[in-house]
Amino acid sequence: MERKDIEEKVIKIIAEQLGRDVETISGDSDIANDLGADSLDAAELIMAFEEEFDTSIEDDKSQNFTRVSDVVDQLYQQLNA
Amino acid sequence: MKKRVVVTGIGLVSPLGDDPEVAWKRLIEGESGISEIEDPELQGFRSRIAGQCKGFSPSQYVERKDEKKLERFAQFSYVSGIRAVEQSGIDFSKEDPFRCAVIVGCGAGGLAEIERQDAKLSAGGPSRVSPLTIPKIIINSASSLLAVRFGIHGVSYGVATACASANNAMIEAYKLIRDGDADVALTGGTEAAVCKLGLAGFSAMRALSARNETPEKASRPFDAYRDGFVLGEGAGMIVLEELEHAKKRGAAILGEFAGYGVTTDAYHITQPDPEGVYAGAAMQAALRTAQLAPERLDYINAHGTATHLGDAAEVAAIKRLFGDAAKSVSISSTKSAIGHLLGGSGGVEIIFSLMAIRDGVIPPTLNLEYPVEGFDLDFTPLVAKERKVDWAMSNSFGFGGHNACVIVARFVD
Repeated sequence: MERKDIEEKVIKIIAEQLGRDVETISGDSDIANDLGADSLDAAELIMAFEEEFDTSIEDDKSQNFTRVSDVVDQLYQQLNA
Repeated sequence: MKKRVVVTGIGLVSPLGDDPEVAWKRLIEGESGISEIEDPELQGFRSRIAGQCKGFSPSQYVERKDEKKLERFAQFSYVSGIRAVEQSGIDFSKEDPFRCAVIVGCGAGGLAEIERQDAKLSAGGPSRVSPLTIPKIIINSASSLLAVRFGIHGVSYGVATACASANNAMIEAYKLIRDGDADVALTGGTEAAVCKLGLAGFSAMRALSARNETPEKASRPFDAYRDGFVLGEGAGMIVLEELEHAKKRGAAILGEFAGYGVTTDAYHITQPDPEGVYAGAAMQAALRTAQLAPERLDYINAHGTATHLGDAAEVAAIKRLFGDAAKSVSISSTKSAIGHLLGGSGGVEIIFSLMAIRDGVIPPTLNLEYPVEGFDLDFTPLVAKERKVDWAMSNSFGFGGHNACVIVARFVD
């Protein structure tokens, strides 16, 4: 899967989960500080990514997610491994 | 020295609407909020009717991103709690936060969320279960969310005594203020159990009416052809306040919380004591704490769920306690119009009782067309009745034998 396709899907999921418009989210967005996700939101997001991409994201990886691009990078790596 | 406690705000979400004035008007005009369940997911149950809050949305007060964090029962209490506060005019930022309390009753909490997450657990294993599961299903979330909203740092908790939850919650809030431990309390009850588990569980108990062809005729408290209660949903919340505190800020006083009685049947896990001995004792205690002679009570908003045993026990208790005065007190069951809101019922019913006092109108018991021999009391059948009301009692008796009665009075300084 192309990186930009992954990013598009990730942003769409974040937009849905956090009740935001897609246009307000970019790869650079800080998930907690810019998008307002708390720890429960973050946990829900990880689950939604796992479901969408039919993969499992290890806790030691997800704990390091700060920006949307971190998520996309990790998924890109996993899906193309 | 006991403090006097008054009501300064009311808010509700009900099958007759989520504005107390609108719901009250529809109630006294004899409208029913009970209809067929249309939700495709809620088909195939023995009972296919309910008093639902159709079209309800919390979006006026909850951001879109937070809406999914509040389970429906907590949305009901959140919205009605905020409206009660708005009406009271209280500004919690100007209060001593440790002298403010929030106590909300609820019977079952997030039943629907339990279903949803259990389905995910069964289908996809533990990793599919939402991290919001626990915060959403716990009954105390109704209180905690309102505490966050208003910065209430005093006493807060949830109360679960099935159908008596709201009354028990309000009584505890009342006692805090009466005893000088709080100035203001936001309190009441809520329930949203019109879901698969709720319908299946209560149907299995044969507790629900199966009069599916005529939904608005299904809830028949005290009628010979009653066949169980109709599941309802919603919340009723009030602001209780210490009298001098309310006066000092020039608040409009809607009534006085004048008395309460609490007892337990200690008889059976669901069935009431057949003679209503302990329900009667709770009513008697309420009269005693209100220092009211039985013949001075004008109105009883009955528990009256329309189950065979429950209605008979309540009638027996009223007749025994009130004696000759039993026939002169006006009684009605507003569950005839909105169904049984379980943990939310007492919250809505105290509001209706306060409005009966304000307007001098007794709301009707709909569908009471065929009187039962021996139920020879004034149940205000079918149509509302004008009557000056100074004192009203609201009864709630929960599965498990929890009896909680409250008395509200016209405020007289």
